[in-house]
Amino acid sequence: MTEAAVRLADIGGCAAVAPLLSARGLRFSAGGQTLIRDLDLHFSNHGISVVMGPNGAGKSVLLRLLHGVLKADAGEVHYAGRVLDEETRRREQAMVFQRPVLLRRSVEANINYVLKLHGKADAGRCQALLEQVGLAAKLRQPARALSGGEQQRLAFARALAAEPRLLFLDEPTANLDPNASAMLEDLMLGAAADGIKLICVSHDAGQARRLATEVVFIHRGEVLAQQSADAFFDRPADPRIEDYLSGRLVL
Amino acid sequence: MIKRQFVQSIIAGMALCFSVAAVAADESIIVQSTTSTANSGLYDAILPQFTEKTGIQVNVVAVGTGQAIKNAMNGDGDVLFVHAKPSEEKFVAEGYGVERFDVMYNDFIIVGPADDPAGVAGSHDAVASLKKIAESQSAFASRGDNSGTHKKEVALWKAAAIDPTADSGKWYRETGSGMGATLNAGVGMGAYVLTDRATWISFKNKGDYNILVEGSDALFNQYGIMLVNPEKHPNVNAEAGQTFIDWILSEEGQNAIAAYQLDGQQLFFPNAK
Amino acid sequence: MQDFGSAFTLAFQLVLNADADLIEIILLSLKVSLTAVLLSALIGLPLGALLATARFPGRQFCLLLVNALMGLPPVVVGLMVYLMLSNAGPLGWLRLLYSPAAMIIAQTILITPIIAALTAQVISDYEREYRELFRSMGLGLRQRILTLLFDARYSLMTVSLAGFGRAVAEVGAVMIVGGNIDHLTRVMTTSIALETSKGDLALALALGVVLMSLALLVNALVMTTRLTAKRMAHD
Repeated sequence: MTEAAVRLADIGGCAAVAPLLSARGLRFSAGGQTLIRDLDLHFSNHGISVVMGPNGAGKSVLLRLLHGVLKADAGEVHYAGRVLDEETRRREQAMVFQRPVLLRRSVEANINYVLKLHGKADAGRCQALLEQVGLAAKLRQPARALSGGEQQRLAFARALAAEPRLLFLDEPTANLDPNASAMLEDLMLGAAADGIKLICVSHDAGQARRLATEVVFIHRGEVLAQQSADAFFDRPADPRIEDYLSGRLVL
Repeated sequence: MIKRQFVQSIIAGMALCFSVAAVAADESIIVQSTTSTANSGLYDAILPQFTEKTGIQVNVVAVGTGQAIKNAMNGDGDVLFVHAKPSEEKFVAEGYGVERFDVMYNDFIIVGPADDPAGVAGSHDAVASLKKIAESQSAFASRGDNSGTHKKEVALWKAAAIDPTADSGKWYRETGSGMGATLNAGVGMGAYVLTDRATWISFKNKGDYNILVEGSDALFNQYGIMLVNPEKHPNVNAEAGQTFIDWILSEEGQNAIAAYQLDGQQLFFPNAK
Repeated sequence: MQDFGSAFTLAFQLVLNADADLIEIILLSLKVSLTAVLLSALIGLPLGALLATARFPGRQFCLLLVNALMGLPPVVVGLMVYLMLSNAGPLGWLRLLYSPAAMIIAQTILITPIIAALTAQVISDYEREYRELFRSMGLGLRQRILTLLFDARYSLMTVSLAGFGRAVAEVGAVMIVGGNIDHLTRVMTTSIALETSKGDLALALALGVVLMSLALLVNALVMTTRLTAKRMAHD
């Protein structure tokens, strides 16, 4: 058994392990509105946590607060037992955005940029990453001339180039067609199987069913539920979740 | 790759800077002179003879006499070659120049439109003509730039006991620019203009303009040359500058000046003593 | 006006005959203005990118200042450089007055604010797009600036072109610090001014036509590069 498989097999025992990422008392407001209110959350060090909730619930803001690219008004984010700092984020985390922000360079250069940043510039590694996401044939093409699905896969490969322990994804398939979405979901499952922790915002219940090991449900800046995927879809912890899943809950 | 190109372009740029600086460092002198001599083509005709003989490159900066003197006072030139005798003498007296020599002369003329609204055509009396222009309030374009020509014009108005600047902007128009620009402006608005003969003969945008007033003693135009005082400005290339002055005052230089003609007319008359 | 017709004919003749004096003047114009653009780019691009990227007290004031300096009158720049480089001035010992180097200095001062201000505008658009990515990657200021400068390279070519256009068309500053000395500091614009003052309007206009053609050519080159870049979705 590989190391990753050992970790995956270990899911049941997660309560005993110290959380990889914890948020304590997070608060964030913008434009006179409180978007996140006194929120506490803990994420284990494996699997895919899908953050769900109605539009405007604060999912994307929460993700950025957890990643540390947005500064909370109050509260703290702890990573591996310590307050998250810039250097740790750089070394251990990466993020894939809803709209991929690709550098205005070739496919290869986008990957090499991150490899170089981490002092791991290596043609073989770049090649391997692109093969992993099915873009090896497009090595020298301009990144921004790729199709939407290809761009998102390249963004994903670029995030992997940083060899993150924790990967954030903000509705990564929201702009993709079903086929492209499926390809990206496969990549996400593969990354999780390789031992990377994924925290992904989605409002696609089907996607959550396919991907999630656990689901975090956010409503009006508060956590309504954090449950294993099976429990979430069988016995949601809050009646509003059923409303949401049946399309009745709006913000 | 990008980085290497970047470094290369920096080096290329710096090399360019040094190469252009090196050009300026050849054996050469700077002569602060006037637009009237430069625009007439005199220097193009005589300087190659001097350079061929001595190997010294003469770089002429052509500005109004007032600015030429100012530049020379700052030490930005080795030789001053202008036409405003009182100012030149003051320049030497204050220690900025070594000694002033007469080089050549020509004369000023008044040019104007063919319809001649002030009726001055054919006059040999510059002062009386200016009075007529003022009385008829006919347009008059002045250099207004403290140049040799402007200083002469101011002296003529003074002799006529008229203060044209009181009507500045009405019929009296100060262009504040060089001789050529003032002639262009004058021709453009039908104004009388006081100009030196050399500039006028070589001027190509005459329109319907003619020489209306000439041949008056008051219109005499003397050019003088002097070395910028190396005691005041040690950077002055005194040796080469003096070589140039000696040459232009020599028989050879004087003959070169006399030989320069444009449209069959001699523009400058050498009178070095 | 018959001047226009004869100016174009004359311009063609000048170019076709490859008039040696004209070639010399054109080459000096290019040499001076291209060097000035290069130096201005070396200063203005990083400066503009810094103003667009870094957040520090007084940044708004710096942007205001750079924008205001875009309108520097060439004659004023010429005068300032003259006073500095004059023998009576603090830098007189460099013996640079009335040399192409002096003209390069004047033009560099003139167009650096233009390049810096336009760069700041261009880069701030790119910065807005890349901000979250950079933060996620944990990039330092230096890395952010270098990445932005590289990714905006095609837009910045146009920015540099604007500087070149201003430099090569400028007459006031180079006239004062260069002195329009034949075979040493005479460039296109000072030649045009000279021929105008000689009343040879046709020749002046012909030189103007040549200068405009030159500007057109340089613009076309940059434009072509940008179109290629656009096809590659790099612009």
